[in-house]
Amino acid sequence: MIEVKKISDVEWEIPKEGKMLVPGKIFASEKLIKNIKRDRTLEQVRNVAMLPGILKASIAMPDAHQGYGFSIGGVAAFELDSGIISPGGVGYDINCGVRLLTSNIKVSDFLEKRDKILNEIFKEVPSGVGKGGKIKATKETIKQVLEKGAEWAVENGYGRKEDLEHTEENGRIKNANSEDVSERAITRGLFQLGSLGAGNHFLEIQKIEEIYDEKIAKSFGLDKENITIMIHCGSRGLGHQIASDYIKAMENEYGFKNLPDRELINAPINSELGKKYLSAMNCAVNFAFCNRQIIMDSVRKVFEKNFPDAKLNLVYDVCHNIAKIEEHKVNSEKVKLCVHRKGATRSFGPGRKEIPAVYREIGQPIIIPGSMGTASYVLVGTKKAEEVSFGSTAHGAGRVMSRHQALRQFKGEKIKSELQSKNIEIKAGGWKSIAEEAPGVYKDIDEVVRVSHEAGIGNLVAKVKPLAVMKG
Amino acid sequence: MKFKFLEHTADIKFRAFGKTLEEAFKNSALALVNIMYKGKIESNIKKKIEVKGKDKEALLYNFLEEFLFLLDSENFLLSDIKKIKIKKNKEYSLEAEILGDNVKNYETGLDIKAITYNEMFVKKEKNKFICQVVVDV
Repeated sequence: MIEVKKISDVEWEIPKEGKMLVPGKIFASEKLIKNIKRDRTLEQVRNVAMLPGILKASIAMPDAHQGYGFSIGGVAAFELDSGIISPGGVGYDINCGVRLLTSNIKVSDFLEKRDKILNEIFKEVPSGVGKGGKIKATKETIKQVLEKGAEWAVENGYGRKEDLEHTEENGRIKNANSEDVSERAITRGLFQLGSLGAGNHFLEIQKIEEIYDEKIAKSFGLDKENITIMIHCGSRGLGHQIASDYIKAMENEYGFKNLPDRELINAPINSELGKKYLSAMNCAVNFAFCNRQIIMDSVRKVFEKNFPDAKLNLVYDVCHNIAKIEEHKVNSEKVKLCVHRKGATRSFGPGRKEIPAVYREIGQPIIIPGSMGTASYVLVGTKKAEEVSFGSTAHGAGRVMSRHQALRQFKGEKIKSELQSKNIEIKAGGWKSIAEEAPGVYKDIDEVVRVSHEAGIGNLVAKVKPLAVMKG
Repeated sequence: MKFKFLEHTADIKFRAFGKTLEEAFKNSALALVNIMYKGKIESNIKKKIEVKGKDKEALLYNFLEEFLFLLDSENFLLSDIKKIKIKKNKEYSLEAEILGDNVKNYETGLDIKAITYNEMFVKKEKNKFICQVVVDV
């Protein structure tokens, strides 16, 4: 049993002891900490605190749950000189992320054509396992995508230039050399560009249910009259293969005997292998940006066909699974660090140069998807987050129940009819994928964002509710 | 029993059994496919695969990963394994003749992201071989 000390209503600490180099810090309410204590999350937070070069604290977000190596919802920053980079601190689905679009389409107009549009999107956006992608790519094309990200998509007619400014890293993260990605990974990417995948990934058409901050909502283009669209997916099999490849390579190079947990395999950031992993991971980041850009383009085309005057604007695209070199203040000095965010969203406050110019005075938009059929949220990044969580907040609801338990407990047909009674239409590859992602298997998203807001690591702007959901 | 699933919050854990190491490996592959599709899969396509590993666990990892790779790169969904042979020289190697079908003909559920070394073991207990695997979903 790992002891946690209550610091405030929304913050807990695992005091530094034994081999820990820093304390553990968990942002959670009484209710959420109870959930967190149920699996290995706290142990994972403690183990991460033992990794070389970690600074300040091993941090867990309000939606934290057990993951591979790091907990999901885990954030840790490492010194560049003595620190490490770990695939388990990023996750298998590199740059799993989410983008939000606003529109000029009235909720009532959409509802009239809801079924038709949902069917058309389902046809245009490939989803599920092994169902292929939107584009038949060659290996050469994939290599370009790995280095150019969403820029490649825009150059090839998928979307507009201004979309790039509204994407983290402008849709193209630098230091991505496709030479560092295996043939196997590239081959897995050949048929997956522009596809949603399965699991917890989804595409939603929503309405804005509540606005908490009128001024900021307006700056983000959120308007209660009109629908919004959310796209949640990642780097698909290509990213999974890169993670697998480098976990194996690091085990071969360094072994895992001295690690608190085999899954925390890592390499020094400035070692040859560490640098290669960073570059390969960045390639997967770019693939995912490009993937979401192409999916968005397919969705836009469906709406333009149904509403000739439709204008769908990208608010922002954020990464949930990534390690990044960023500048942060440590002991009142600005230093470059490697920040791992695994199931966490960047939360930069006003002024950061990484934020698009249009949002720079207010802070970056943060998009937190809920589970199927529950609310999702838009938050705004804060200065406080930069001080206490290396500019990070939650990324979603976080699972509380295994997929197998979910399959036993929920029936897809029943969930579908329950959602329909709440005026939510759903279309999925199969009944099973509905049951596995039933709202009941997740933590309470409302509580997750409340804690984020109260802790000041991401402030509430708006709440959106689904009208139509497409699942992989 | 060929295989059984065990409780795991975020991911999926299974154990596969066999009288021989080969049979336990084969049942591990069938368990993996069972995560994605529970119904009957036709055997319209035949393939040969070859994988290597420095120990039994690495061999199992690489063997199972091959099916994820074939799924993404060739839309191949495994139905059965005909011949399977594991050899040990300097390292372990495995050759198998596998059967399956195009995944596009099936309404598959879950996407398996990766095989992991998390809690993985390959061991012999009494006269039975057991493989335990956690996959990331």
